[in-house]
Amino acid sequence: MTEKTFSLHGAGDMDTQTLEINIGPQHPSTHGVFRMNVVLDGETIVSLKPVMGYLHRNHEQIAENMSYTGSMPYTDRLDYFNSMSNNFGYAMAVEKLANIEVPERAHYIRIIMAELTRLVNHVSVIGFLLNDLGAFFTPVLYAFREREKILDIFEEVAGARMMCNYLRFGGVKYDLSPEVLARIAGILKKFPKFLEEFETLLTKNEILCMRCQNVGVLPAELAVSASVTGPMLRASGVNYDIRKADNYSLYERFKFRVPLGQKGDVYDRYYVRILEMRESLKILEQAVKEIPAGDIMSKKMVPFLKSPRNFKPPVGEAYARVEAPKGELGYYVVSDGTAQPWRYHVRAPSFINLTILEDLCIGQKVADAIIILGSVDIVLGELDR
Amino acid sequence: MLSTADLKTKIEAAIPGTTLKLVRESLLLENPNDLLKVARFLKESDLGLDYLSSVTGADYLTYLESVYHFYSMAQKSGPVVLRVRTDRQNPQIPSLTALYRGAEFQEREAYDMYGIVYEGHPDLRRVFMWEGFEGWPMRKDYQQEDSETLEMADVAWLENQGVKVPEPIKAKAEELEKQGKRALAQKPGQPEPQ
Amino acid sequence: MAFSPNASQVDDGLKSELAKKGIVVTTLNQLYNWGRRSSIWPMQFGLACCAIEMIATACARYDIARFGAELFRPSPRQSDLMIVAGTVTKKMAPQVVRLYNQMAEPKYVITMGACSIAGGPFIDGYNVLRGIDRYIPIDVHLPGCPPRPEALLYGLMELQRKIDGQEIETTEWYQKGLKREYPIPDFGPHGLIPKFNPEVWNPRETENRKERYGEPILIGRKDKAPNLDLPPAPPRSAAPAPAAPPPEPAS
Repeated sequence: MTEKTFSLHGAGDMDTQTLEINIGPQHPSTHGVFRMNVVLDGETIVSLKPVMGYLHRNHEQIAENMSYTGSMPYTDRLDYFNSMSNNFGYAMAVEKLANIEVPERAHYIRIIMAELTRLVNHVSVIGFLLNDLGAFFTPVLYAFREREKILDIFEEVAGARMMCNYLRFGGVKYDLSPEVLARIAGILKKFPKFLEEFETLLTKNEILCMRCQNVGVLPAELAVSASVTGPMLRASGVNYDIRKADNYSLYERFKFRVPLGQKGDVYDRYYVRILEMRESLKILEQAVKEIPAGDIMSKKMVPFLKSPRNFKPPVGEAYARVEAPKGELGYYVVSDGTAQPWRYHVRAPSFINLTILEDLCIGQKVADAIIILGSVDIVLGELDR
Repeated sequence: MLSTADLKTKIEAAIPGTTLKLVRESLLLENPNDLLKVARFLKESDLGLDYLSSVTGADYLTYLESVYHFYSMAQKSGPVVLRVRTDRQNPQIPSLTALYRGAEFQEREAYDMYGIVYEGHPDLRRVFMWEGFEGWPMRKDYQQEDSETLEMADVAWLENQGVKVPEPIKAKAEELEKQGKRALAQKPGQPEPQ
Repeated sequence: MAFSPNASQVDDGLKSELAKKGIVVTTLNQLYNWGRRSSIWPMQFGLACCAIEMIATACARYDIARFGAELFRPSPRQSDLMIVAGTVTKKMAPQVVRLYNQMAEPKYVITMGACSIAGGPFIDGYNVLRGIDRYIPIDVHLPGCPPRPEALLYGLMELQRKIDGQEIETTEWYQKGLKREYPIPDFGPHGLIPKFNPEVWNPRETENRKERYGEPILIGRKDKAPNLDLPPAPPRSAAPAPAAPPPEPAS
């Protein structure tokens, strides 16, 4: 791929210049306020520099100045498609720091919520990817139709559609009623049918195959060395899923497989996400069936629900990571024994997955850069924090 | 997976001259210049730590710190936490970008927020803030501007654009200019007693 | 601006009688306003979380097309309405003002969400602008974090009411020589220059944030770094105190 030369210099007596264009920050297909400085030779990309920070809203600085529980709603706004997974990672980090046990039922509820979130994210990102491909808005309509059904459940459980703020240290805020579980089971019945419909429209679609196959190929070695995680890494054929590698929470109890791609092109990234949704459905089915009765909050942490500023973990540090839908979401928290963390850092998958964007795009056409970006699956709230 | 203490003896035996110190569950590298050697050993030895998960800076008032979390994708093991300390006035740490591409943006972020200069980084620029921004915003002593009070630079800019600035605002700005002060955000109070 | 719909001089009963016979009596104002308010084209321009709710509003369940506003245009030259959906950072603010300047008259602005109104939860950040109304005039403020799609629809209806109240003789953009453009702020060493445009916005006379909301969010400044080199404290204090903590001071 890189061996080809794309320069037109010296072709007869014609001499051409490269063209530098700027995509974003206000651009319909940059998924927010992301900017790329692209140098083109004709239609071919010679260099691409991402420019970030247009949504840098100082999450870390604000979190270092407020109570531990106070940062929980801010984590919702990191990756605003997946507030539940973001809560999950942060709660795990602080639980590690303060050594808090989580009751079994709370673990199950967390896993149910995290997997529902994965469905929401993957279905939306496929919709947006197709939008970038030129299928103007129709796939997004299908995707958001399903997303709304899941958001209804979040609303019933946590009281908010998008910014759930549902998890607490040592458990979750509200219990799941049997009706909600029945509704989740209802979604599990219908969702596979929707996936089939979605796949009928997309998977063997000739335009999709031609535009996506062999575009933006990410070799496995580069993916590992560049700390790429999530579906993007697995599309390159590296078997690394933190749910399996770390066995955090109670994931070891569930039977599911890790879908892998072969080539690591845009099409594989699309298809791995479809398969991951099917695996998530399997986890959800098991979880809804097996969820035990019991407490939803650790006894030790119940008093701090009312007075979060009195929660003071001991001096120490903790790093916890979860398999968020976009990749490894890590939280690094250092406590100095007071009510506010000394250092709070978010290892954002969207941000680090973009490291290799230039490598993927060089030599491709400029229209392909748009779908490569779409297949990386970034969310600006998390990228810039 | 080895315990942290075993790992310390193993690294010290393999790379003569390095001294490590145990800090909780992490390894503190005494001499920042050994970082590349240690990281290369972690990556290429049988430990197989091929995945640099997280690089981050931190400010501990008397020194700055860069913290690395290594994992192994092949062996599904980890984490190994490595930390390097450097002084505040002239913070310099070797860059790991040549070994781990994943460090590229994260080191840029730590540079942007804490001003830690990663030597050998191919493209060390600010990543979130704009070029021309002064100061390191995540350091504990960063002084934030007060966004309600105009300074003389703002007034001059506005008048240059033909905007009329109300007298009280202008007077306040001139007063600040006379005292040679900047308009700074009010500092929060002392922490609550423990 | 008064929200007085242009009441026509013709009696309502007579009007409906005439309408049955196929005759429509209206005023030029009403006709113009009806046309303008029924085809507001918003700009496809999302900043943060609220943009997702904006997309949800455009999708099947909420269907903003019922209000004639489904055509999201990526170009500012083709749009009538800018929905500032999300946190405006200092790095992004010049671009937002530039987009506003590039929009053709008549142009309207809705700020969607607490962040674009006043900084929202991120108000204390060093890179967060405390409200885009510091640089450009706003027609409808829409609180919420994020506002629900229904709220966005309500905001749109409020904007339509506002358009209904406009008159050809007095409304700014029918007068000659109007060009509503505002200076685009520059990046300075500590933030934007200027911090706000006094033509559009002025700081409040008194700072009443503390009275209204109690203690400020910033609750402590630290002068002592934790020493991680020391071994962890014995396990008894390794967990937070099991006794019920004292009640928190009322905030």
